[in-house]
Amino acid sequence: MAKIVIDGIEYEVNPNNNLLQECLSQGLDLPYFCWHPCMGSVGACRQCAVKQYRDTEDKEGMLVMACMTPASEGSIISVEDPQAKDMRERVIESLMISHPHDCPVCEEGGECHLQDMTLMSGHNYRRYDKKKVTHRNQYLGPFINHEMNRCITCYRCVRFYDDYAGGTDLSAQASHHHTYFGRHEEGVLESEFSGNLVEVCPTGVFTDKAFSSNYARKWDLQTAPSVCTGCAIGCNTTPGERYGSLRRIVNRYNSEINGYFICDRGRFGFDYVNSEERIEAPLARKEGQLAVVPKGQLQSAIDTFQGSDVIGIASPRASNESNFALRCLVGDENFYSGISDAEHEATQLILSLAKDSAFNAPSVRQIELADAVIIVGEDVTNVAPRIALALRQSVRNKAKELAEGCNIPQWQDAAVRELAQHDRSPLAILSSYATRLDDIASDIVIDSPTEIANIASAVANRISGHAPAASSDEASVAQIAAQLIEAKRPLVIAGSTSGSVSQLQAAANIARALNEKRGDVIDLCLLVSEVNTIGMSLLVNERNSLGAALEKISNGQTKKAIVLENDLYRRAAKQKIDEAFQKVEMLVIDQLPSATTAKASLVLPSTSFSEQESTYVNYEGRAQLSFQVHRNHAAALPAWRWLSDQQSGDIESLINRCAEEAKNFDKLDDLLPDLNQFVAGMKIPRQSHRYSGRTAMKANLNVHEPKQPVDDQSVMSFSMEGIPATKDSAVLGAAWSPAWNSNQSISKFQEEINGDLKQSHVGELLIERNETGSYLSLDQRPNNLNENLQVAVAYQIFGSDELSAKSNTIQERMTDAYVALSPKDAKSLDLNQGDSVSLDGNGNIAIACIRSKMKQGTVAVYCGDNDIDRHSLGTTIALSKVTEAKMKRGIQGLIVSDLCEEGY
Amino acid sequence: MSLEIGSPLTVGLILFAVIITGALLITVERRLLGFWQERLGPNRVGWFGSLQVVADMIKIFTKEDWIPPFADRFSFVIAPGIIMSVVLLSFAVIPFAPNVGVIDSNIGVLFVLAMASLGAYSVMLGGLSSDNKYALLGSLRAAAQMVSYEVFMGISLLGVVALAGSFNLREIVEAQSGGWYIIPQFIGFVIFLIAGVAESHRLPFDIPEAEQEICAGYHTEYSGMKFGMFFVAEYVGLVLIASLITVLFFGGWLGPTFLPPIIWFAIKAFGFIAFFILMRAAVPRPRYDQLMTYGWLFLLPLSLVNLLVTGVIILSTQ
Amino acid sequence: MVRLIVDTLLSQVRTLWLVFMKLFQKKDTVEYPDQQPYMFPRWRGRIILSRDPDGEERCVACNLCAVACPVDCIALQKGEMEDGRWYPEFFRINFSRCIMCGFCEEACPTNAIQLTPDFEMAEYVRQDMVWEKEDLLINGTGKYHDYNFYRVAGKKIEGKDKGEALNEAAPVDVRSLLP
Repeated sequence: MAKIVIDGIEYEVNPNNNLLQECLSQGLDLPYFCWHPCMGSVGACRQCAVKQYRDTEDKEGMLVMACMTPASEGSIISVEDPQAKDMRERVIESLMISHPHDCPVCEEGGECHLQDMTLMSGHNYRRYDKKKVTHRNQYLGPFINHEMNRCITCYRCVRFYDDYAGGTDLSAQASHHHTYFGRHEEGVLESEFSGNLVEVCPTGVFTDKAFSSNYARKWDLQTAPSVCTGCAIGCNTTPGERYGSLRRIVNRYNSEINGYFICDRGRFGFDYVNSEERIEAPLARKEGQLAVVPKGQLQSAIDTFQGSDVIGIASPRASNESNFALRCLVGDENFYSGISDAEHEATQLILSLAKDSAFNAPSVRQIELADAVIIVGEDVTNVAPRIALALRQSVRNKAKELAEGCNIPQWQDAAVRELAQHDRSPLAILSSYATRLDDIASDIVIDSPTEIANIASAVANRISGHAPAASSDEASVAQIAAQLIEAKRPLVIAGSTSGSVSQLQAAANIARALNEKRGDVIDLCLLVSEVNTIGMSLLVNERNSLGAALEKISNGQTKKAIVLENDLYRRAAKQKIDEAFQKVEMLVIDQLPSATTAKASLVLPSTSFSEQESTYVNYEGRAQLSFQVHRNHAAALPAWRWLSDQQSGDIESLINRCAEEAKNFDKLDDLLPDLNQFVAGMKIPRQSHRYSGRTAMKANLNVHEPKQPVDDQSVMSFSMEGIPATKDSAVLGAAWSPAWNSNQSISKFQEEINGDLKQSHVGELLIERNETGSYLSLDQRPNNLNENLQVAVAYQIFGSDELSAKSNTIQERMTDAYVALSPKDAKSLDLNQGDSVSLDGNGNIAIACIRSKMKQGTVAVYCGDNDIDRHSLGTTIALSKVTEAKMKRGIQGLIVSDLCEEGY
Repeated sequence: MSLEIGSPLTVGLILFAVIITGALLITVERRLLGFWQERLGPNRVGWFGSLQVVADMIKIFTKEDWIPPFADRFSFVIAPGIIMSVVLLSFAVIPFAPNVGVIDSNIGVLFVLAMASLGAYSVMLGGLSSDNKYALLGSLRAAAQMVSYEVFMGISLLGVVALAGSFNLREIVEAQSGGWYIIPQFIGFVIFLIAGVAESHRLPFDIPEAEQEICAGYHTEYSGMKFGMFFVAEYVGLVLIASLITVLFFGGWLGPTFLPPIIWFAIKAFGFIAFFILMRAAVPRPRYDQLMTYGWLFLLPLSLVNLLVTGVIILSTQ
Repeated sequence: MVRLIVDTLLSQVRTLWLVFMKLFQKKDTVEYPDQQPYMFPRWRGRIILSRDPDGEERCVACNLCAVACPVDCIALQKGEMEDGRWYPEFFRINFSRCIMCGFCEEACPTNAIQLTPDFEMAEYVRQDMVWEKEDLLINGTGKYHDYNFYRVAGKKIEGKDKGEALNEAAPVDVRSLLP
């Protein structure tokens, strides 16, 4: 800690940071543009000028850029100095010279950092009477709108997109006042994190296109703290609602998980909530057709699904509460897992590893600290995108180390990058196909899934001789092993989504070998595919797999089943499910119609993530609470409410009960905020204090305004009533602070910049690590015995997740199911790029996608939005060309680095 | 039946006239206030607004008469009745003309003072039973104000009583045939005027019901005809004070004979009513503590000195 | 002391006299509706939505009127025309709540929302006081005749390319090396 004096007041600051960051940490208002808490300083915008004095004798002082000056011991600076203020006013005046008169028709208006800073700096009138520079806009795809005229050339966009997120297709072009930020030609922005440009850009150059088509100002959005349900990371988000429809999702800061950024699946994949296809009323089968249940008959229809022979099938995308309510209803023995058998097996292994005290499941922030990483068979970018972004930061640890050696502060972003050039921390990727992280990888091994497991085993064996013996002729094994041993904080990543338990076992062996060799706790990051896979699996008995449930049905042991928010056709082979569905009467609770609801005898509508308060458990076993944002006006209820008490159910008592009764969930009730800790015990409003149209929005229906809906479930209110989070952020929806209308206001809620939010909850880690384990023997299935091709399962960020794939915005970026194969295999099968192929000769049709880096003999199959029945495929398949097949989208939207040219 | 003191016809006519005058005053006051404030006042209902009083009465009779559930029902209901009856009873001793009156009492002055004291109960009960903070504050103020100003009111009258040598109002009027008591008792008149306004809590001394501070004071919770009784009683009280001033200081019905005595009485009384309305239009309301200080520290000594001087003069001239 | 008392008394008497003399002065009352008062052009009465000089809707659905409204009686939803203009998909004012404060007019960056001298807006049915865009939009420019927001704004619309707005240079050719 260093002591510095700002405007005559002494502050204790961290000397490793720059003055701007420390001023903001102390809650002072100092305008800035190019600096970003997560991206350091480059000193491009000159907006944060302050006066610095040599010593107490010095009355003159000199102007310095706060972001480029270290907060060293004894510094004396002045933010309020007239000269510094004048400088800042003139700088913003010149930045604003060509800024168009656009605010009323700009999506950023009202949450614009430029508006805030202009006001803060005191500039208000354009004195420059020459012409404004203008630019032409580009089409940047379905997510992002481009309006280049508004640019103030702070360079934040390219610093985020290129330097931070590793994008290659956005650049700064031309020079001086012609500087242009765009692509080399119009086209879709390729990065999976392009949506963050909306929040990174201090003004309205990059705006949310999907939001613009269904627009509301920030102050008009009803918001609540929520958790993204797109993947197993559980990034924190703030969804916003207006006039009954969900309008947009923005990032919500959580120091342990997502920090300042989320991926595009999370940001744009919410549209299904507003879908017209949503199930709006309870439906029952009548003469073969689903029809709305008359009001009086509903309870008796539900009551038929009670009794000791009714089984319940859980869901990895339903909340803990819904799964727990189902378990309470059907009993522990009749409560079955809702994921495929292969995934169930993998998840059980992950859970057993999660209890092992030799390992640590790293949070996203901890992943950023790793300085040697091995990824075993997992396509991180498409399965858990936010972790891919964290890995891009982890490889920079080498640069940071170099900078430390040269006495360059870490926040000197340009200098650190310049120093390191292409020196990166090691990242080894073992995968069946080229991934989006290959550009930062030090070692890339592409092979068949079985071989990947074998190579990983060889790495483990190389690290410690106690690991099961395995040999591989792969040259990089020794190097990878050495890097992991030498690293300060090695990290092993694997997951259940690769569909191969052996890879998972091999990865666990690497971690155990490292633990044995190094003696410290090893970061072992094991990914699962869906938001609550871990939470659901913690509630389910190990032997109660979906296969066991289907067996019970086909044996005739049960005639009735309750299926919770799950399309079982995505979980097991179609033929098996069809067979089972003929023998069972089903109650299905879901939000959208699916192949499963079509076969149900009773369908109950459930609420989406934004319409219910719920908890989810992420990949590390971290439970998080997600608040209800808005109400569902149809008959939909949270699934747990259908399963317990429809009238007077209370989420808090259910969570308390779950914490008491369910094993491993005993910390769940710590997530619930206590109303008594708030000012005067008042609730937190979901609407901003500027929420408009209260007396007019429903006046067309009835001029007598209805009473504001009362939320008896949570600590939040559905109105402006209550005390909003200002400095206290125990329940922080949309961040806002006086004079800080943009998302940059989050700094006012942090303990210090990049620190935890004041009084906030970063989630509770549920699983206790108190077991010791041993090496696992690999569960290898017989290798490529016939002439067929070995199958690796491929994922896509846009399309693999069931619900987000129903969103219109996401659908614009989705591709059809494809089979990626090597040029040689393609030649032998006489396939051209984009041809349709049949898998195993049955009805599964996919598009041939010829990729130069695929290993011969291995294909990667992407199943689309369940267009291909994945579970009916074996470990090997035969491909055959089909001429007449109509595909919906093609694979034009596919973004991979090694796609062969047409005709190759 | 003939017009003589105490005959049922006379009593009926007086009662009718007093109440109608009180009701009419509602319109007259609004009209006069309008003129004095450079407005027209109500002029839409009937000829020059003459039927406004009918409209007002229809309104007040058909309004919902609501008793708040938190109020003390019994005292809430009797409070407006008390004030209405005491004000009307006071008219019993007023000599309107030589042959017009209800009773010819030897203790007329004392009777009027006694009735005025009873009026305080009505205001107090109304305010307390409403169980409303504004009503409570209003009734506290009213009780203090009425009790205080009764003192000076009584003392200021004693000069007149001493000059006339009687408590009988008729005798007081007849004693003025040589000259109105306004001249020897000018100070007594001024004190009585002020105390009378305070007693009937009319502006500028409407502190118990000061809208800007305490809603409507003691009758905040009243509505319908119960409010109407408070309302009309205030105007009837106004007529009473005007009549008393006429009787005590302006020679009652006495006047040149080209007009009958009752008309002289009406003209004089109406003059004072108009003067009260003018005061409402012109003089602002003092603060509550100013009113009390003014009464006890200024009016009380002044009235005592007035009585003393009057006594000295009477004794020295005998 | 005596002086003070006398002055005070005389002041009261003078007040009474002056107020009494008002009886004989001309009254200020205007006998509406027999007599129609003159309404000043900037009177804050019935709210309208105006059109720009080219006859297009001026409102760009920026929501500033709605947020400025102290009684929250304005609700609207932004839409976008094919030519690039923003416009309100619906625009609703609940006049039974409106207090005619004129904040919406002050907040409006495009001079679209204006208050007019018409104040005779009473209705027997309260529901009739909810006005939609069809009721509010007039065929004229209202009080401000010349202002056309899109001629000033940098946003491109059909018929006005980049660089054609007021005070704008032609778009930059990014590939040019000239200074």
